[in-house]
Amino acid sequence: MKKWIFLLLAPMLLGGCSSLEPWVMPYERNNLADPIMSFGRIGIAGSYMHHVYQAREGARGAEGGSGGGCGCN
Amino acid sequence: MKNFHRIAAIFSLLATALSASAAVLPEEKAEAMYHRYEGGGMEIDGPSVLVRKNFDASVSLSANYYVDSVSSASVDVLARATPYEEERTEAGLGVDYLYNKSIMSFAYTNSQENDFDAESIHFNISQDFFGDLTTLTMGYSKGWDNVRSKLDPSLDEEVDRQHYRLGVSQVLTKNALLNLDIETITDEGYLNNPYRVYRFLDTTSPKGYEYRIEKYPQTRTSNAVALRGMYYLPYRAAVKGEVRYFSDSWNIKGYNYELAYVHPFGDQFITEFKFRHYEQTKAEFYDDLFEGEDVRTFMGRDKELSTYSGDSVGVGLTYEFNKGFSFIEKGSINLFVDYMKFAYEDFRDVTRTGFAPGEEPLYEFDATVIRFFVTASY
Repeated sequence: MKKWIFLLLAPMLLGGCSSLEPWVMPYERNNLADPIMSFGRIGIAGSYMHHVYQAREGARGAEGGSGGGCGCN
Repeated sequence: MKNFHRIAAIFSLLATALSASAAVLPEEKAEAMYHRYEGGGMEIDGPSVLVRKNFDASVSLSANYYVDSVSSASVDVLARATPYEEERTEAGLGVDYLYNKSIMSFAYTNSQENDFDAESIHFNISQDFFGDLTTLTMGYSKGWDNVRSKLDPSLDEEVDRQHYRLGVSQVLTKNALLNLDIETITDEGYLNNPYRVYRFLDTTSPKGYEYRIEKYPQTRTSNAVALRGMYYLPYRAAVKGEVRYFSDSWNIKGYNYELAYVHPFGDQFITEFKFRHYEQTKAEFYDDLFEGEDVRTFMGRDKELSTYSGDSVGVGLTYEFNKGFSFIEKGSINLFVDYMKFAYEDFRDVTRTGFAPGEEPLYEFDATVIRFFVTASY
């Protein structure tokens, strides 16, 4: 339960630290902006594999899609 | 437990409204795929299409259509029934809205089969922090299923589903990304597969055993947490890793890990190689062969509830073209092939004859998955 409370409060704590300097500057993000560094590079073909696994495995959830990434834009 | 998660989602939504930073809408493009799964006596194939159009740099609309054409003679079907064919179609609409540099996403999906319908709504919100190095995403989905049976016309049951998601994506260095995803899912209603049966010892039967329709609990709550990382190598290539842990109120515990390597050749070709391992322990009400009929409150023999493991390897090739034609600016042609193998530790192959009940060989199967797809950005 304590872990969940921490996760819930984390965004508020992060918001209070908005003055924190980014440690990877925008001009240092070329590699992160490369399409090969995208978790969702193959779009619906990636979603389809989640469907294949879900149908054959007892586990489910947290398949990804939390988005974000390099912050290059 | 359920109320706690509902409150958790609301709290997180409020928290993300506190500050704002950069965010962009998904890229305008269309994707079309042919998919095929073949293995374990099943053949499933069909098309999938997704089209996305953006408006005013603040609204993005998407529509998708998906078909599974199923021809099944799996071990579950052969054990008790005749092979069947059916089709599932799924359609969805989504909108992403960029507001004050946060992205809010809504989606609706509808899935139909001749004996099963499902509707669901989805809501996600994401926001960047720390100079766009951290992205927080939260989501909620609700689904309504209607379950029927071709074997029992009187069966008409409902299932309610709820999903609560929390994700954090973090830039670690100029070459490394890390994602953490947590998801809780609750189901309430008729959770049986109405065609699946449990097996029990019966000395009056010529085979020595008989079957009855499974009996599942009417609720299920599961938690999954996944950590994914990606690293850009000193030359132009990337490695990806994933670890996911799962547990549920039926006492199934599972985990998987995946490793992948992405390697481009020139400006137009990208290759990808992956290995994935999955394993789980059985549900508390699972048994391959029960000692008698109705000996427990809940009884299941779905092989997905058993103890087993699976390994898969995959390879993919992408060809990208940047010289557009007509209104298409760029696009890609892709072929991905996966081979997977599952081995069961307490699910026996009853299609093998000449064995005493409970002495049949353990079941295993392999399968091949093909994905051929094209994308076009405009």
